[in-house]
Amino acid sequence: MTNGTAKLGTWAGAALLAVAIVLPFVVYPVFVMKALCFALFACAFNLLIGYVGLLSFGHAAYFGIGSYVTAYTVKAWALPPELGILLGTAVAALLGVVFGWLAIRRSGIYFAMVTLALAQMVYFYALQSPWTGGEDGIQAVPRGHLLGIFDLNEPLVMYFFVLGIFLLGFFIIHRTIHSPFGNVLKAIRENEPRAISLGYKTDQYKLLAFVLSAALSGLAGSTKSLVFQLASLTDVYWTMSGEVVLMTLVGGLGTVFGPVVGAFIVITMENYLARYGSWVTVIQGIVFVLCVLAFRRGVVGEIIAFVQRRTVRAPGAATPAHAPGE
Amino acid sequence: MSETILEAEGLTKEFAGFTAVNNVNLAVRRGTIHALIGPNGAGKTTVFNLLTKFLTPSAGVIRYKGRDITAMRPADVARLGIVRSFQISAVFPHLTVRENVRIALQRELGTSFHFWRSEKSLARLHGRADELIAAVGLAGYEDVLAVELPYGRKRALEIATTLALDPEMLLLDEPMAGLGHEDIDRISALIKKVAADRTVLMVEHNLSVVATLSDTITVLTRGRVLAEGDYETVSNNPEVREAYMGTGHA
Repeated sequence: MTNGTAKLGTWAGAALLAVAIVLPFVVYPVFVMKALCFALFACAFNLLIGYVGLLSFGHAAYFGIGSYVTAYTVKAWALPPELGILLGTAVAALLGVVFGWLAIRRSGIYFAMVTLALAQMVYFYALQSPWTGGEDGIQAVPRGHLLGIFDLNEPLVMYFFVLGIFLLGFFIIHRTIHSPFGNVLKAIRENEPRAISLGYKTDQYKLLAFVLSAALSGLAGSTKSLVFQLASLTDVYWTMSGEVVLMTLVGGLGTVFGPVVGAFIVITMENYLARYGSWVTVIQGIVFVLCVLAFRRGVVGEIIAFVQRRTVRAPGAATPAHAPGE
Repeated sequence: MSETILEAEGLTKEFAGFTAVNNVNLAVRRGTIHALIGPNGAGKTTVFNLLTKFLTPSAGVIRYKGRDITAMRPADVARLGIVRSFQISAVFPHLTVRENVRIALQRELGTSFHFWRSEKSLARLHGRADELIAAVGLAGYEDVLAVELPYGRKRALEIATTLALDPEMLLLDEPMAGLGHEDIDRISALIKKVAADRTVLMVEHNLSVVATLSDTITVLTRGRVLAEGDYETVSNNPEVREAYMGTGHA
């Protein structure tokens, strides 16, 4: 990544944070919270596809299980919200260990199909088992008091709690990408046989990335169940897996902010087009097709490419086109 | 004669009824450059993949320094000190030259699973990485993305990355494939330099390179060893000459 894009990234991050702080005073907070949950979900998904090159088509499983576990434990066991969320995240991580262990043995379309099949099993489990409430889901989940002090029924308190979780998750992903581990992941994505020949047991790295991605997806689902006070079959259905793919692609695969932007675009569309009923899906489909045809790198990906082109063209820019020794 | 470092006995590989490698015996002596040659389809690359465990042999034993490595996994073989290259140049295209070499160096730190640690902790490897980069003549290219390097320099980068592991044994799969003349000379010199204190086994089509570099040559045809010896012996072997007829080499 060049200096230009890195600097742009810092500025964009600061600007987005400022927007995030002001937004609940301008827009309906629940809408922004929903978008933040999905943004975290998309970022977690992007960790796997953007940085390891694995397309999972079953991420609803982790999002959904996190949502159900938190909703259930908070409602039935009267756990405090922070514990409920931790538990939801932990169960999603465990599920990620099992499913990941099975799925990483394959790549490409086979990997996608294995993850989809496993996620559908979770869907049927959620439909059939008694504790998940079947078609009804788990409703009227109490938000409770964070650490026994902060009343999460206050929309703004809840908002900043959700923003805090999003930032934490975002930071973990950002750090993971820029860690020694992240460096190995990039090497595996770039050339797996070569990484093996350098002595890396690539399956173990892929599995850890998979578990991290599942855990953070679970964190997003857990938080979502408190925001809406509801865990439902929608959370584990395959369309949810599709939606996160859509968000990531629209925003920009393999970019830091792409999934966030993509999530906000998709959620906004769903929200403001809701009155057109089932036309939402059609409009979404058209947007998706346009996106894939016109700007394949996604919104953020195109912006980065644009900035990079300008940096390259600018005179005196530090482009290593002609290194010494030629 | 120096001791054998890598040895294959009765190595066989069958693909659904087709025997690609048939009962091959091979002994690579420590400190030599050993070349594996043969016409297209002779099974050279298959032998190579078997030795590095990227393929599992149907029969036979592979020993490295007397230790049976037949059942080992490729990453473990690499850790023992046998590092291979690939026919298509094996770099990490969208990492910089320094990052490419650093990936090989970083495993030793034991922090490769630390996803909570900053990558700044890898900066202490830069000195060693830059030394290796300079050793293969890539000084000044440290921050260039590997994908932007001309082909010959990618090969040099690949060798620098391999050397970063300080392997006792290098397996090079057609190191000269796709290179222009001036690059061939440069990479030949590099291999010669690298082989000074290591053992090299290479598959190569370019016979003049094989002639100048190798101490021992094994000729394969149709999955079998046809002849073995130094260039003189092998090139005068009538069977070898016949095997190469029509392929335009010998």
